[in-house]
Amino acid sequence: MRKGTLRQILLITDGCSNHGEDPVAMAALAKEQGITVNVIGVLDQDVMDENSLREVEGIAMAGGGISQVVYAKQLSQTVQMVTRKAMTQTLQGVVNRELKQILGSNISMEELPPEKRGEVMEIVDELGETVELEVLILIDTSGSMKTKLPTVKEALFDLSLSLNARMGDNLFSVFVFPGKQEDVEKILDWTPKLEALSSVFPKLTSGGLTPTGPALRQAVSHFQKKRSLRSLIGRDESYFEESSM
Amino acid sequence: MDVMNPILKNRLCKLPAGTVIVGKWHKQAYKIVKPLGNGANGAVYLAESKKGLVAIKVSDSSTTITSEVNVLKRFSKVQGAALGPSLLDMDDWHDQKINRTIPFYAMEYIKGEDFFSFLRKRGKEWLVILVLQLLSALEQLHEEGWVFGDLKPENVLVAGNPPTIRLLDVGGTTLQGRAVKEFTEFYDRGYWGLGSRKADPAYDLFAVAMIMIHACYPTKFERKENGRKQLFTMIQADATLRKYQHVLMKAIDGKYVRAMDMKRELVAAIHHDVPLARAKQPPSRKQHRKKKRSGVIETAFIVVTLLCMYALYLYGQIL
Ligand SMILES: Nc1ncnc2c1ncn2[C@@H]1O[C@H](COP(=O)(O)OP(=O)(O)OP(=O)(O)O)[C@@H](O)[C@H]1O
Ligand SMILES: [Mg+2]
Repeated sequence: MRKGTLRQILLITDGCSNHGEDPVAMAALAKEQGITVNVIGVLDQDVMDENSLREVEGIAMAGGGISQVVYAKQLSQTVQMVTRKAMTQTLQGVVNRELKQILGSNISMEELPPEKRGEVMEIVDELGETVELEVLILIDTSGSMKTKLPTVKEALFDLSLSLNARMGDNLFSVFVFPGKQEDVEKILDWTPKLEALSSVFPKLTSGGLTPTGPALRQAVSHFQKKRSLRSLIGRDESYFEESSM
Repeated sequence: MDVMNPILKNRLCKLPAGTVIVGKWHKQAYKIVKPLGNGANGAVYLAESKKGLVAIKVSDSSTTITSEVNVLKRFSKVQGAALGPSLLDMDDWHDQKINRTIPFYAMEYIKGEDFFSFLRKRGKEWLVILVLQLLSALEQLHEEGWVFGDLKPENVLVAGNPPTIRLLDVGGTTLQGRAVKEFTEFYDRGYWGLGSRKADPAYDLFAVAMIMIHACYPTKFERKENGRKQLFTMIQADATLRKYQHVLMKAIDGKYVRAMDMKRELVAAIHHDVPLARAKQPPSRKQHRKKKRSGVIETAFIVVTLLCMYALYLYGQIL
């Protein structure tokens, strides 16, 4: 099996978008380009309002990823868990596709007899450990998120701790929305060191609009830019162009 | 906290007693008796089967079931060791009520008590004994190239007589050198800012130290700015922990490469203050002899008692 790159967008938000394109559509766009979108909804105290909840789930669904709504306190555990689960899910999709090719029929791991699943799982595990991973983290910094930002930062450090324990390489990039001038602002370009964030994060300002859709669109094109650079130097090796999830 | 589908989760966590689970592939039937517990990845039930009482783990994720079964299969190949519950079956159940296929596995039911309730009932002197047992189990597991990962008191049962620890929940069990699959913040050295999440034996040994600390501070506490200092202060402030502070700090700092080393030093620490106390007042010759004699009498007494008990036991057997 070829070694490839997994691409994920991790959206952290606490409410509804109110500006620009439909974020669900933008997530579907990401999925079409082999990028999985995971969403974490951060709760204040009680429950999330119906609309926000629907949006969070809708984005993840359209983006082929996982969504989870949690209290700020549980953010660290959730961020790493969601990222890992989404990786496994995507890799399983890839392995299932290869299985179909080998076996020539419409068979996924779940349909194999229990005795045969073990080996497939080992391949998925192995891939999860060694695959290259690119995560673009998209943080909602609109008004209500302000108090939660220190926790978000902590959760991101925790995420890098988990991902850096893998054998495969990682690249991280961080965007916040709304940005100071534009809808979205890049605060960290592709780097293996998410810890580099510490110097930029405190400078964030929180504004009124929540342009989740435009933010997602720009995130997707940030992957795109990277990819065209890569193909220039002949290293485009994603095997997750179309996602079957 | 989990990433499960809520409807499915609700169903999986609330399977009523009497529900019969039949495997699609192996056709084995299991009748639910009662829930044993549930967590991030599924639910575990006590069930009746042709083979007697078993524990069944159901999950919404075939991935979870398959990975855990993989580990249990490997463990069953380790000679003479009870690293986890033994694996009995793995299958899919079609739940007609929600029209979903639910993957599950059946394993040995371990009738025991969780680590902390055992300590509460039987007394704190058991703590270090159970920890010694735990270290032996970990040594074996590490020898086989694994790290347990999600080591916490909830995953350690005390079963049988004499009380013996059994490890449960292999969801976090990871090959050494890989990223720990599953963990619980409080027992995770990464959370405390005291190391990576790469699976190595020291990862588990850190969790062992945290189990000991938590046993002496039953109320859960959170990490403060300087995790190491916080833990050190707590160890200092507790009489039981202070006795093992050297060992605990070494485990916290990740200085043990093997569980056996930690075990040896823990044993040494247990016996440490005994000779020290004696050395303080060297007894005069006379006293010494007296002590010796009383020692002989003591031994004789113990031997006689044991013989009596043995005789009673034989008598009981014959009856
Ligand atoms: N073989 C067994 N015999 C007896 N009790 C068991 C057995 N397996 C599990 N249990 C009980 O069920 C509980 C939950 O099991 P387990 O930890 O495997 O589930 P989980 O969903 O992985 O939970 P978590 O990951 O949150 O610990 C255990 O803490 C234990 O009390
Ligand atoms: Mg578990």
